[in-house]
Amino acid sequence: MFESLTEKLDPIFRKLKGRGRLDEENVRQAMKDIRMALLEADVNFKVVKDFTEDVRSRAVGQEVFESITPGQQIVKIVHDRLVELMGGGSSHLRLANRFPAPIMLVGLQGCGKTTTAAKLAHHLSEKGRRVSLVSADIYRPAAIEQLKILAKELGAGFFEPRDLGDAVRICVEAIGEAHAKGYDTVIIDTAGRLHIDSEMMEELKRIQNAVNPSEILLVADAMSGQDAVSVAERFNELLGIDGVILTKMDGDARGGAALSVKAVTGKPIKFVGMGEKVDAIEVFHPERMASRILGMGDILTLVEKAQFAVDEKEARELEKKIRQDSFSLEDFRNQLTQIKKMGSLKDMLGMIPGLGKMKALKNVEPDEKELVRTAAIIDSMTRKERLNYQIIDGQRRKRIALGSGTTVQDVNRLLKNYAEMRKIMKKMTKGGMKSLRKGNFPF
Amino acid sequence: MLNNREDGGFFEKLKKGLEKTRKSLAESVNTMIFGEKVIDSDLFEELEAILVSADVGPVFTHELIEDMKETVMRKDLKNPETLKRILMEHMTLILKSTDAPLTIRRNGPYAIMVVGVNGTGKTTTIGKLAYDLKRQGHAVMLVAADTFRAAAIEQLGIWGQRVDVPLIKQKMGSDPSAVVYDAVQAALSRKTDVMIIDTAGRLHTKSNLMEELKKMKRIMGRELPGAPHEVLLVLDATTGQNAIVQAKIFNDEIGITGIVLTKLDGTSKGGIVVRIAKELRIPLRYIGIGEGLDDLRPFNSEEFVKAIFE
Ligand SMILES: Nc1nc2c(ncn2[C@@H]2O[C@H](COP(=O)(O)OP(=O)(O)OP(=O)(O)O)[C@@H](O)[C@H]2O)c(=O)[nH]1
Ligand SMILES: [Mg+2]
Repeated sequence: MFESLTEKLDPIFRKLKGRGRLDEENVRQAMKDIRMALLEADVNFKVVKDFTEDVRSRAVGQEVFESITPGQQIVKIVHDRLVELMGGGSSHLRLANRFPAPIMLVGLQGCGKTTTAAKLAHHLSEKGRRVSLVSADIYRPAAIEQLKILAKELGAGFFEPRDLGDAVRICVEAIGEAHAKGYDTVIIDTAGRLHIDSEMMEELKRIQNAVNPSEILLVADAMSGQDAVSVAERFNELLGIDGVILTKMDGDARGGAALSVKAVTGKPIKFVGMGEKVDAIEVFHPERMASRILGMGDILTLVEKAQFAVDEKEARELEKKIRQDSFSLEDFRNQLTQIKKMGSLKDMLGMIPGLGKMKALKNVEPDEKELVRTAAIIDSMTRKERLNYQIIDGQRRKRIALGSGTTVQDVNRLLKNYAEMRKIMKKMTKGGMKSLRKGNFPF
Repeated sequence: MLNNREDGGFFEKLKKGLEKTRKSLAESVNTMIFGEKVIDSDLFEELEAILVSADVGPVFTHELIEDMKETVMRKDLKNPETLKRILMEHMTLILKSTDAPLTIRRNGPYAIMVVGVNGTGKTTTIGKLAYDLKRQGHAVMLVAADTFRAAAIEQLGIWGQRVDVPLIKQKMGSDPSAVVYDAVQAALSRKTDVMIIDTAGRLHTKSNLMEELKKMKRIMGRELPGAPHEVLLVLDATTGQNAIVQAKIFNDEIGITGIVLTKLDGTSKGGIVVRIAKELRIPLRYIGIGEGLDDLRPFNSEEFVKAIFE
């Protein structure tokens, strides 16, 4: 499950290591694996074709670095290109020149438009805008009610339609009311529809013509398959969308649709939805998305980052220890000293293939305040205790708590977190071995 | 959207729903065949493109293609059309191993629990399923155990009115297991034949929410031995390879007894079900081909594959 793409690719380049340039033959071989990884991540077939061709031509002839393996180098080229392609354009919404500025959300059924409307309202309210919501979904049972409840929860405005005859009229009236009530932003939630339903698509066009939205955003599910391109293409052709919001990113889909949608529309991915709560919306990070699509922790970034703070050897040492399940409390303590320089421990661990995906890491990451306390606790242990936490019994815990000016509960919690962390690391190592045997991809 | 769909019989409707699928798959296959094509590496590449674009999945597609290559060698095939037929038969066979209709046991309430990730079409499917079962003469009851999502209870309530079947509900935010408990008691006292439980959409990666489902299942089983008799996983045909992960995890966590594949009226090919059938062997029960009461169909492997290729 957690074999990284680089590990998969390294054998192809074994002969090459440390000399010469990447040549046609080994790049071509590597591209086969890259291609499969991208397809498994749901990047559209045609997009993959163009992409691998593009990357192939960039990679061939590049000099092989001494410092990293050619496999890593290829993945880095792929990764960088993905970032480049998915980046560009900002998450900035152009709302300045209108009062009120209408934002229109469009997309397929069940992609998350209504929840996204509420999240966007929350996001913009936090930026000081006065937002009103309106639902143009006169079709799905209780759709309007759903948005109304969310608006109330948020304390945002909500347009109560007088009758449900016509979605276009509802939108126009909502804008009028928002204007009168002094809202500066109106978010229009439209009914989910199939991109091939011409009647329903026509309705969107009519809404667009009637209210001339400042932003039209396509809401797309991160779990979307191959067809994401035709959907995005059709919506974009018809409406000329301004950007994309990718939802359900808190799941474990690899999210290749992000690349597909960007490739066919050229429009920026502005936000990602990360959960069901109204504040679970974030701006889009192309680097994170690239790593995610490739199904790998970013080992290269790990190395790069490590060079700034600790020396590379130490980072490799850490990775080795994690893989060998010999990550002691002493190592943990060393990490704590590095944290200030290196970003959080979670970031660091997240860069190691397989670990990044572990949701459970959330619970083991000490928060800022806890860092000092945690360091103090470990400092109060004997070396023997640090190397083998299992000998730390009740008696010792009491002593450690006293020595560090903390409570036994604090010590218990630390040891529990640490044990949990080791368990995760062990699991990840085992998973890695298993999938390695099967020679599978990391999905 | 609900009332303007004409009824054109099963074949017509299925075909219409799968129109685009049919076009892209069948057209490519047909040009392949009626063109000057012979069986060569180009043909296999095209075939691969078709399957991958249908969300069958690259690794599984690769396997299928390798199988075909072997068959061509073994049988010394020359005709691309025969190759197409063999591929169709092969896919049908995989699907057939799991296409089993849902059969309702008649003694005592039969509990169907409907689960899946957010927005796949659970509630809508329940509306359609209730309609279908009621038409078959069952006394149906709906259970609003999605107490989390805003207006989820109202949404199911509207379907209940449309189909004219009772709804068991509590306030938004109440414990879904408590709703289920109530529902079982009500079903027992009212001599309900089938109770269909709507659950909140949840990502399979959220372990606390999977625990919640387990608890609901446990309570149900305690109050009504054998319940839930059917746990339906609703998958969205627009989903890519993640659908297999969803199926795996939901199955591991709570045990899935049947799958419903929705939104096949779009242009998504739903090819992932072939992989799911092959890997997980969970019965495919129904497909969803629209948002109307009448848009639920029993899954039928032959017709599914035929509608794709013909
Ligand atoms: N075109 C089409 N749309 C469908 C189909 N099934 C459901 N939908 C639509 O998909 C959207 C989501 O459906 P719901 O039934 O609310 O989905 P759900 O799984 O209950 O959603 P949550 O409870 O929010 O997780 C609605 O707009 C439905 O009308 C189908 O077979 N075809
Ligand atoms: Mg629902």
